[in-house]
Amino acid sequence: MSKRFFEIALAFAAAIVFLAPAPAAAQTSSTAALTKEGAKTSTPPRTPDGKPDLTGVYTNASVVPLERPKDLGSKEFFTKEEADAYAAKALAKTEVVAPGTYGDVHYSMAQFGLEKGQSKVAGNIRTSLIVGPEGRVPPLLPAAAARQAARQAANRGHEFDGPENRGLAERCIIWGNEGPPMLPQGYNSNLQIVQGEGYVAIEQEMIHDVRIIPTDGRKHLPADVHQWFGDSVGHWEGNTLVVDTTNFTDKTAFRGSGENLHVVERFTRTDADTVKYEFTVSDPSTWEKSWSGEVLMSKIDGPIFEYACTEGNYGMRNNLSGARADEAKKK
Amino acid sequence: MLAILAAVPAFAQTAAYKPARTADGKPDLNGIWQALNTADWDIQAHAAAAGPAPMLAADFAIPPGTGIVDGNEIPYLPAMLEKKKQNLQNRFTADPEVKCYLPGVPRATYMPYPFQIVQSTKTILISYEYAGAVRTIDMGKPGPAPVDSWMGWSIGHWEGETLVVDVTGLNDKTWFDRAGNFHSGDLHVVERYTPRSPDTLMYEATIEDPKVFSRTWKISMPLYRHVEKNAQLLEFKCVEFAEELIYGGLRKQPKTK
Repeated sequence: MSKRFFEIALAFAAAIVFLAPAPAAAQTSSTAALTKEGAKTSTPPRTPDGKPDLTGVYTNASVVPLERPKDLGSKEFFTKEEADAYAAKALAKTEVVAPGTYGDVHYSMAQFGLEKGQSKVAGNIRTSLIVGPEGRVPPLLPAAAARQAARQAANRGHEFDGPENRGLAERCIIWGNEGPPMLPQGYNSNLQIVQGEGYVAIEQEMIHDVRIIPTDGRKHLPADVHQWFGDSVGHWEGNTLVVDTTNFTDKTAFRGSGENLHVVERFTRTDADTVKYEFTVSDPSTWEKSWSGEVLMSKIDGPIFEYACTEGNYGMRNNLSGARADEAKKK
Repeated sequence: MLAILAAVPAFAQTAAYKPARTADGKPDLNGIWQALNTADWDIQAHAAAAGPAPMLAADFAIPPGTGIVDGNEIPYLPAMLEKKKQNLQNRFTADPEVKCYLPGVPRATYMPYPFQIVQSTKTILISYEYAGAVRTIDMGKPGPAPVDSWMGWSIGHWEGETLVVDVTGLNDKTWFDRAGNFHSGDLHVVERYTPRSPDTLMYEATIEDPKVFSRTWKISMPLYRHVEKNAQLLEFKCVEFAEELIYGGLRKQPKTK
């Protein structure tokens, strides 16, 4: 049974609670407003205490892949027509058929998902979320590649031995959208930003984790304290919230990263409906150079629902008990 | 609803204290708060007792406490007492907390972990250190709960210096404490957060659940601000700590202790 299928099954099992209010139809906002330089920066509204107001419920769903498809070479931007055609094609893919399963086992994202085909997707003429002429994650350094290979080799043949052998998302520990960096997922990219005096809170619907970012100038945690989401501190630069995150655990392993992962994020409201999210990722023990990307977040109607993940994790139970049943049959 | 609010008496109304204001003129509840009691072990008065792991001796023994229930009586319907007893017997495997499940309201407030209030005009977010639990209190009129959930559906308004939060849509899976006190999916909680000094809040909650209790009852306790300069919520993502309890029996090789 494919892992992908079980990830979807898990998501489906846990997702039932918020299916009812799933929004109606895909609304791809116009790409016309965007130029090569991105949306025009305006003076954003302020919170009562005078900070740029980023509050709201958003989706960062995107049809643009993180890495540029190789056949596009160094082409960083589509024309508007090309972007619209690319988006239409991406949004039409809603059926997921799990390979190796029975023919009638399929998963219609349009029916059950909160995926990009059903949510608002900010128009974007980029060909990849990663910016620059390469548009791809730099290759892993030899030591990092060896580290990643060792991780994979250690798990090979043991994928179903116990819960620790499963992926972090299947274990309901961290989900790819949470980051940092916060990257759009194929399924449910909803989040909410709430600002109190001296703090900005970011709540992700998947899987209900909150990052609370202090903007009071404090330093990071001591270097030997490691967390799944690291430790985020922020400050305002003009209209932009800048967030610096270190203190990651090496188990977070973002695209092969180690505990020296360092993420800088910039949140800038560009119009009433849009926040531009820029990020730069570095880890000298993983990549030769840092790399950066840009995602657009679109305002949507709330509320954020509760994605209680471990509480409904039948996927994990089924995977492990299925593996035990298979072993018993082979004896 | 009116009857419940009217029944909330005395010490919430320490009206003499005028708390600091946010920029939009509301009482400022922003901060990192924590209860200082042992109610998560048992919301009623209880003596100290040996803990579940004798080898951990005094370190993990059960601490005593005077309780947070007004009058110390939980008015269970007679038919419900047996379930509370069973819960208590099975607590070290059946309590949702031992499995790292979301704790529900009001329990999240008096667990032995801090929580942070991030207050904006339209939304007040409460982030709890335990399990990354979170709730957003809508200060508008969002209508009834669209669906049941672990942390419920919270609608808030200001009454003078007090934040009043009406919580419905709670599922029947959470407990009030590690002693197995429980409720049904009809639970309705009204919380009141009232500043009583720069660094303390008074927290009260009325509990109404006609399927389980013969009358409305009330809990109350002070909440204390973390005043240390480096106070912050850290991660307590306990899922990985509960995997052995939940899935241990499904391992290929049982874990050697």
